[in-house]
Amino acid sequence: MKISREDVVRVAELANLELTPAEVDTYQTQLDQILGYVDKLTEVDVSKVEPMSQVVFSGEAAAAHPELREDVLRPCDCAGAVLAQAPESAKPFFRVPRVIER
Amino acid sequence: MSASTRWTVPAIREALQTKKASAREIYSDFIGRIEKHNSQWNAFLTLSPDRGLAQADRIDAVIARGEQLPPLAGVPVAIKDVISTRGIRTTCASKMLEHYVPPYDATAVERLEKAGALFLGKANCDEFAMGGSNENSAYGPVRNPVAPDRVPGGSSGGSAAAVAADLAVVSLGTDTGGSIRQPGSYCGIPALMPTYGRVSRYGLVAFASSLDKIGPFATNVSDAAAVLSVIAGHDPNDSTSAAIPVPDYLATIAQSVEGLRIGVPEDYFGAGLDDEVKERVQSAIATLEKLGCRRIPLHMPHTDYAIATYYIIATAEASSNLARYDGVRYGLRVPEGTLSDMYRKTRGRGFGPEVKRRIMLGTYALSSGYYDAYYLRAQKVRSLVARDFADAFQKVDVIVTPTAPTPAFKLGEKSADPLQMYLADIYTVTGSLAGVPGISVPCGETKAGLPVGLQIFGRHFDEARVLQVARAYELAFGNAD
Repeated sequence: MKISREDVVRVAELANLELTPAEVDTYQTQLDQILGYVDKLTEVDVSKVEPMSQVVFSGEAAAAHPELREDVLRPCDCAGAVLAQAPESAKPFFRVPRVIER
Repeated sequence: MSASTRWTVPAIREALQTKKASAREIYSDFIGRIEKHNSQWNAFLTLSPDRGLAQADRIDAVIARGEQLPPLAGVPVAIKDVISTRGIRTTCASKMLEHYVPPYDATAVERLEKAGALFLGKANCDEFAMGGSNENSAYGPVRNPVAPDRVPGGSSGGSAAAVAADLAVVSLGTDTGGSIRQPGSYCGIPALMPTYGRVSRYGLVAFASSLDKIGPFATNVSDAAAVLSVIAGHDPNDSTSAAIPVPDYLATIAQSVEGLRIGVPEDYFGAGLDDEVKERVQSAIATLEKLGCRRIPLHMPHTDYAIATYYIIATAEASSNLARYDGVRYGLRVPEGTLSDMYRKTRGRGFGPEVKRRIMLGTYALSSGYYDAYYLRAQKVRSLVARDFADAFQKVDVIVTPTAPTPAFKLGEKSADPLQMYLADIYTVTGSLAGVPGISVPCGETKAGLPVGLQIFGRHFDEARVLQVARAYELAFGNAD
């Protein structure tokens, strides 16, 4: 197996995901299978290839690409509406469990 | 107005102008159909009759004043539930956002409203648009209106089913690796993925930002073109939207296709392609040849690497984009333990199995020690897949292929095997990686009566050509008025 149980647990920690022991088993098998398939990419000679970090911003699209907009403040009276979606808030803040012990 | 009326965009316009029906009547008729039939298909997650009726009344007021109607006046539309709608619940088919109500509209939604469309509600989909069968919705699968024991495809399964079941005239879906075209193929309706950057994604809940696109479903290619005309174009709120002029797609859609060069890549007709699908697609290509198109054989050598490339890049981007769901600002919170416990439990319980699988895969591919082997290598192979398309478009005007290797499969058939599910995207992810536009247009049925889709790719920002070829085929095949 390419992927160990410890790998799955470590990645779940990096991703801030709580997994049940059964999920760890399932993902170990499935990630192993998927990454085994992905290994076919090693057949491709990429030694002289640049990574594709932009999708279509070359040629016509690049020429027509606008300047980035001015970084200026625009009025936004939405704090109330945004906070109304929060699981817990105390205007003008989001509330979270205590992180600093006094 | 009988329940069997199959409305189109121009038919609605004519009915409004001749006062055969009001926008309110048309809208109410569709809401009635949904209330009666949605439990059969599960295509809608939320209805928005308050906003829709207000929109209808505004159109009726425009008619009463004798003013010019906007381009989509009175057209009932379904919107995939990953696209933000002000005041209308937007769940992404996830428990994570079960009660989330966006405070703003996506630009595509705002443009539809301005064009006179009537919002029916939000369409079911795979959770966070991740899946190819709509079985990953936290609110139950959608059924295929053509064959109820089969999947409608995914991830935009509800958007496709709503139009196919005559519960909406047009709909918006999103396509990251095939999520518009594949359900269009499975449900037997035209489905268009525009060029990357053609349609603003402001307000689209992000899955894989270098791949996500918004596009339409319709019952005919001309209506899909009408929707694209409205939603396309630069948006200052999305710096990845291109400032390339949007042509009038309806003006060129009826032009002759005589003399166009259609590329047929042998790589899309090999092992894994269902015999009946192959036969239907080849017969569609023969129809295009009869219309005067010239068939050019192509070889696109990196086609076979597209799935592996896609599932590294898309999951890597997803793992980053979905980091925002942490129980702090909106959505689900599991209020247990420390802040760190809260993050982990919220995400562990709020996300479904496929979303967690992709976050895990993407996090692994980006993690220290694996980045070069997976993510960077995939980005390089992506360049080669894109080069295959660039080379092909030196020789041809469009590329035609099957949309999917098989017709719609049975509910549950692939849900235990994620890799088999991923392979259903084998012909669609190539164009997604290259950023080119593609449409799926119905090209007949298997003996069992299951729809087959013909996929047509075009050059970047050349949706006009894609729509023109699709429309010519549709009319020749006798699929549309």
